[in-house]
Amino acid sequence: MPDKKLFDAGVKDYSAAGRHYYSPGYEPSERELLAAFRVTPQEGVPFEEAAAAVAAESSSGTWTNVWSDFLTDPSRYAARTYKIEPVPGEDHQFIAYIAYPLDLFEEGSMANLLSSIVGNVFGFKALKALRLEDIRFPAALLKTFQGPPHGIQSERDRLNKYGRPILGATMKPKLGLSGKNYGRVVYEGLKGGLDFTKDDENITSQPFMRWTDRFKFVMEAVHKAEAETGERKGHYLNVTAGDMEEMYKRAELAKELGSRIIMVDYLTVGFTAFTSLSKWCRDHGMLLHAHRAMHAVMDRQRNHGIHWRVLAKTARVVGADHVHNGTVVGKLEGDKAATMGSADLLRENFVERDMSRGIYFDQDWVSMPAVMPVASGGIHVWHIPELVRIFGDDVVLQFGGGTLGHPWGSMPGAKAVRVATEAVVKARNEGRDLQKEGGDILREAAKFSPELEVALETWKEIKFEFETVDKL
Amino acid sequence: MRTETFSFLPPLTPNEIAKQVQYILKQGWSAGIEYSTDISPENSYWNFWKLPFFGEKEVSRIMEEMQACREANPEAYIRIIGYDNIRQGQVHSFVALEPQA
Repeated sequence: MPDKKLFDAGVKDYSAAGRHYYSPGYEPSERELLAAFRVTPQEGVPFEEAAAAVAAESSSGTWTNVWSDFLTDPSRYAARTYKIEPVPGEDHQFIAYIAYPLDLFEEGSMANLLSSIVGNVFGFKALKALRLEDIRFPAALLKTFQGPPHGIQSERDRLNKYGRPILGATMKPKLGLSGKNYGRVVYEGLKGGLDFTKDDENITSQPFMRWTDRFKFVMEAVHKAEAETGERKGHYLNVTAGDMEEMYKRAELAKELGSRIIMVDYLTVGFTAFTSLSKWCRDHGMLLHAHRAMHAVMDRQRNHGIHWRVLAKTARVVGADHVHNGTVVGKLEGDKAATMGSADLLRENFVERDMSRGIYFDQDWVSMPAVMPVASGGIHVWHIPELVRIFGDDVVLQFGGGTLGHPWGSMPGAKAVRVATEAVVKARNEGRDLQKEGGDILREAAKFSPELEVALETWKEIKFEFETVDKL
Repeated sequence: MRTETFSFLPPLTPNEIAKQVQYILKQGWSAGIEYSTDISPENSYWNFWKLPFFGEKEVSRIMEEMQACREANPEAYIRIIGYDNIRQGQVHSFVALEPQA
């Protein structure tokens, strides 16, 4: 029998002294990856033990002592819960702040990182629920990823579009158009004044429209609209497919046909496929639009899963030029703050901790290029003043129904959207208050644009929301 | 043919152009003037009218330069650019004057 002082077999508390997993007051270094978890332990499990368990199970620990721990230095690989904070209004929940040593992660592998941080630990029996609220990528780890293939500034230079939001529309109906009819819808929108049109996330290569048909007709439409308008245009050709080889094949054809941009459903294809495609895009000078289908499975529940801001950060780290991020307008105040928080995490080089926006950590992006947030769904011309006020210029505004739903068709619909956007941007630059004068600005522009006038009649004026009175 | 930002609005008046220049300068950006007869989407590089006016704070100076560019190039499109040296790129650009008929 080995000496008990050397190897004390059996179950030991995760939070036991000497195991490092619960280290209140520990000061994490700039090299460590930090995570904030919302922890809901089972009844009877002390907070400290639950917090230590999360750190242990997402790093080097297991449920019992093992002799082979003595072959290494566990302190070097243990994640440490360095702080726990109560959640206001929730007695059985707390926030655990955990620091992970850099050596736990392989360079440039989001798959490896997520298998650790949000791996087995999410099924851990001692917890009722667990949510990853935020993550701080240390500079040393960020520098092992390449980020967006090109980033916002490069995209603007490629597109020759400055000082205003980028305008897009998703092609509808989502499914069931032939390639030729689909290309027609693209042409009408682009010719009318949009910068981009978009495949829906579930359009790939179905029997009613095989991918080569779609790609060829769409690119004919793009080239024709470019030649006729003198502006640079694009269509997000969705290359999402069942295997990587097929995705490369589709991306190659998009490039051959002269597309400026392709699209991928970055969560359903998986992080490794997303990473490979992102690298391909950089190598081939192609922009990458990322759709977030499946995100709500992970980010919708308050108590369990992964918050959107973490998934948004992974989109920047791995590398998309665009990612869908929510529209803000018409939602609750809290949602607005969180959505603007994630928009900043996509766009800014340094984002400070700000709990009013759900940002738990300072994040220094160490010059990693920025991602264009995409606001899509349920927006129309009346929303434009508020969208420009909230998001500024660096955003893609997608008006699907707001373009194709125009009574005169999508060319006038697109023109109405473009006129409204330019009028609002011009007015903002002139110093006008978009919150108070948004409606007037649109009505003034409608005087020279019958397309906008009809759009304003078709959709209802929305009341512009005012800032919350109850400030922190 | 369209020329990107503000090309879906009626032609800007001199006062409206000046307000956009004012906006550029107020952001701390540098204003620049470019002109070209080739406005095809393939053409990224229009001709510089002098260098960008680094450090210039007076709207009137930019407006005078734009007028001088107009007189020297009556057949050209003229655009105003905003350069942000922190972001290291262009952040505003619009055609201020179309060719004289």
